Amino acid sequence: MNLGKLIEMANQIGRYHDALPDRAEALTGTAMHIRRFWEPRMRRELLAHIDATGGAGLDPIVLEAIAAKRTELQPQG
Amino acid sequence: MTTIPINTRQDIDYGTPLPASTETVTLRVDGVEVTVPKGSSVMRAAATAGVMVPKLCATDSLKSFGSCRLCLVEIDGRKGYPASCTTPAEAGMQVRTQSKKLGDLRRGVMELYISDHPLDCLTCSANGDCELQDMAGAVGLREVRYGYEGENHLDATKDASNPYFEFDPAKCIVCQRCVRACEEVQGTFALTVDGRGFASKISPGQMEAFMESECVSCGACVQACPTATLIEKTVVDAGTPDYDVVTTCAYCGVGCSFKAEMKGREVVRMTPYKDGMANHGHSCVKGRFAWGYATHKDRITTPMIRKKISDPWTPVSWDEAITYAASEFKRLQSQYGRGSVGAISSSRCTNEETYLMQKLVRAAFGNNNIDTCARVCHSPTGFGLKTTLGESAGTQNFDSVQHADVIVVIGANPTDGHPVFASAMKRRIREGAKLIVIDPRRTDIVRSPHVEASYHLQLRPGTNVAVLNALAHVIVTEGLSDDAFALARCEPASYAQWKDFVSRPENSPEALEAETWVPASVVRGAARLYATGGNAAIYYGLGVTEHSQGSTAVLGIANLAMATGNLGRPGVGVNPLRGQNNVQGSCDMGSFPHELPGYRHVLDDSVRALFEGRWKVSLEKEPGLRIPNMFDAALDGSFKGLYLEGEDIAQSDPDTTHVTAALEAMECIVVQDLFLNETAKFAHVFLPGSSFLEKNGTFTNAERRISRVRKVMEPLAGKEDWEVTVALATALGYPMHYNHPSEIMDEIASLTPTFTGVSYARIEELGSIQWPCNDRAPDGTPVMHEHEFVRGKGKFVPTQYVPTTEKVNRKYPLILTTGRILSQYNVGAQTRRTANVEWHDEDRLEIHPHDAEERGIHDGDQVTVSSRAGETSLRAHITDRVQPGIVYTTFHHPESGANVITTENSDWATNCPEYKVTAVQVTPALKGSEWQERFQSFTSEQLGLLERAVGVRSPKP
Repeated sequence: MNLGKLIEMANQIGRYHDALPDRAEALTGTAMHIRRFWEPRMRRELLAHIDATGGAGLDPIVLEAIAAKRTELQPQG
Repeated sequence: MTTIPINTRQDIDYGTPLPASTETVTLRVDGVEVTVPKGSSVMRAAATAGVMVPKLCATDSLKSFGSCRLCLVEIDGRKGYPASCTTPAEAGMQVRTQSKKLGDLRRGVMELYISDHPLDCLTCSANGDCELQDMAGAVGLREVRYGYEGENHLDATKDASNPYFEFDPAKCIVCQRCVRACEEVQGTFALTVDGRGFASKISPGQMEAFMESECVSCGACVQACPTATLIEKTVVDAGTPDYDVVTTCAYCGVGCSFKAEMKGREVVRMTPYKDGMANHGHSCVKGRFAWGYATHKDRITTPMIRKKISDPWTPVSWDEAITYAASEFKRLQSQYGRGSVGAISSSRCTNEETYLMQKLVRAAFGNNNIDTCARVCHSPTGFGLKTTLGESAGTQNFDSVQHADVIVVIGANPTDGHPVFASAMKRRIREGAKLIVIDPRRTDIVRSPHVEASYHLQLRPGTNVAVLNALAHVIVTEGLSDDAFALARCEPASYAQWKDFVSRPENSPEALEAETWVPASVVRGAARLYATGGNAAIYYGLGVTEHSQGSTAVLGIANLAMATGNLGRPGVGVNPLRGQNNVQGSCDMGSFPHELPGYRHVLDDSVRALFEGRWKVSLEKEPGLRIPNMFDAALDGSFKGLYLEGEDIAQSDPDTTHVTAALEAMECIVVQDLFLNETAKFAHVFLPGSSFLEKNGTFTNAERRISRVRKVMEPLAGKEDWEVTVALATALGYPMHYNHPSEIMDEIASLTPTFTGVSYARIEELGSIQWPCNDRAPDGTPVMHEHEFVRGKGKFVPTQYVPTTEKVNRKYPLILTTGRILSQYNVGAQTRRTANVEWHDEDRLEIHPHDAEERGIHDGDQVTVSSRAGETSLRAHITDRVQPGIVYTTFHHPESGANVITTENSDWATNCPEYKVTAVQVTPALKGSEWQERFQSFTSEQLGLLERAVGVRSPKP
């Protein structure tokens, strides 16, 4: 996959949810949007990037959201 | 040989339209008692009683006119001989349609008509299909006493300028049906009557040829003409048709019903079907006339394979092609993994075909890598409307617009993209409905004869969400919202949150004016009109969805409708205008990689279990790759094989260079199509497709209306498209067993709660069905969310405006936005192979005079258009339809390379590409771009490889 694009896409999702008044809803929304719409190799690559770099280029809301839902986001197998 | 379902319904012309009244009156016509709606004409009442009064200027698609004087009747208690078409039926009337006196009067009228009409009936192209001829017979005309020596019109010159129909004024009786059809049905007002009395002539424009006039070639005048004055050239050539079959147009999302009028197994003409609920007997230039592509010589009718795209094609049998494709997909999965292959279906496919495509991917490939072209058009609609209202579909039927008091058109160009619906919309506006247009361009609907927008919000591309927030701000802060509706029907907490959000000062029209370019006073006026003008309906198109905030804009539209109570009844609603015929249907059928048919997520165990039980296979629960993700996966080497039906991603998808690089990176591309389209030039297997005339199935239009597609000729390549997918699935080791597409629909109905009442038999019975159709709505659902939203309570969602990252700068100072025009359709594969090219034979770049002058560009000059993605070259068209700073083009011709310059930016929620905002520079050009040179070279090479294949119809060089 194209990591740069994945980072931009994740940030776009984060920016949308960042405007929600309920922070918990924003974090869950960000993580679950990625969970529900991203194919496993996309999630795998993004998570690997976070593991390798601490999430360079990713907005704080995305990092916080992914950290909170890491298990659910991790593709099985 | 398949039995063709011939239309046995007799089209009765009642002479005048059916009034809307629910009150009735009862009268007697020739002694027959008849009850009709109040407001019906005597002529209509007579026809209802089975008594056909002779007529020429009357037809039931037009208001009564009373000019021909043939329909005179006698009414007890009335003096003289009133025209039955203009006389309202009244309770207790006693009407006589036949008497000696009436016969004499009618013969006198007919005698005058015929005295100035060529008596060439036997060689006339309308012989046997001419109302004048019929009426001469009906009134018993036996002689014409006036001779032909006097002044007449018999030498009038024929106008054959229109490629599809001819106009022979020598045969014209000046009944004005054509003029009235152009006004009342189409709403273009291109025809008038020039002169008075005997000198009266029908005049396109100002006595111009049809092609030089404002005529949009919808065919309404041809349909209305009672003689051979206006007649299809195909009928002139082939003669009148022998029978007809009702089917559904394969172009836009209006989904017009047509009669395919046949001679043997050849279509002679397509005429709009008056009982079609989407179009009510109207049509546009595409559906009415542009069907010749179906038998165009470019059609490829032999399956072909090749190892590499640099190899010549080898024609093979169906079995060999299918076996080869299946073996390649199996090899790739074995070598690179189960997720290394996938498929893309098209909104040009039937419901049954798209259903089978996703079933093949899920059951035979064993993954969810299925996507459809709605990805690049209306995927944000699905997301936005599901989130807010609970269902991924428009809320109304088309007829709902006739109850609208305020019509809002956002990012749509209905007169070009959805012309038949635009005619209905314009009719309502002529009746007094107010119009608000939100569009960067001054589209035709903004100002056309007898139609003018009250407000045109000519926004900067990319600022839809800001404008929607500003509208909401005005509605909430000025107290114009319908709190009673919103609190009763929606989640109160989300409503309160949303009101707080839109009330913020930064969402005011004044604060956003610099960003949106729309004066605050215009936004305020439009908001007040929308909220307080009565029934207000929003119609929107790809100008809303094809943005980085496409989904947010759809959410914003739904918010506005909920906040003002404009949902759940006729005349209101949220109405996505779908670009292609089966966008709604292909989405309904589970063509997205995250959801099964009926918009149910693959993560849902119970839904998967339902399909697993029926399909007898274990299903993958992870979402699959979307189209743009497939390209990226192809380029990283993890996605190797693709099956495409009816979709031409190498032309239609953004950033063409990226798309073609991805195609070249794959090892097996299987294209199922009518023609060697741009994507097929990168393919390894070509499976010949069948046109809509060659197969059975259903399309679902933008109003959720499921209509039959009926086979009128055998597939040129021997297989209907659904049969090809069945064969491929079987060769992949997952046998599918269907004898007819009706069995596929039965399976869909058994698995999809909104379709449980749908079957071919039921469609036959009702004519068409709008889903949901189930126990709760056995006849279908014209208007959704009447008593509660599908999700229960409507959900308001804050819609923060986030500017696109695609920004203008000194290097790319203009914004390019793309769209389409009336005569061409999508990638043009169909319409470019018809005479429609006479209207649009190349894509042009619209540029404002100011921007053109600054650059030394004159109208017609070749210009280079460059963006961060690429560069192409087009001819300029200087027009103030676009604002300074904005340029516009279409993408109908592949050599234009419109998508070479569009970028990969996409909607945050769905990856729908941001076609509508590309920062570009425009400069004078001396030659085509490098990409265009490469394109020409590659195209020549690929056509050469095709020509070397034996037994395949060759495209023209």
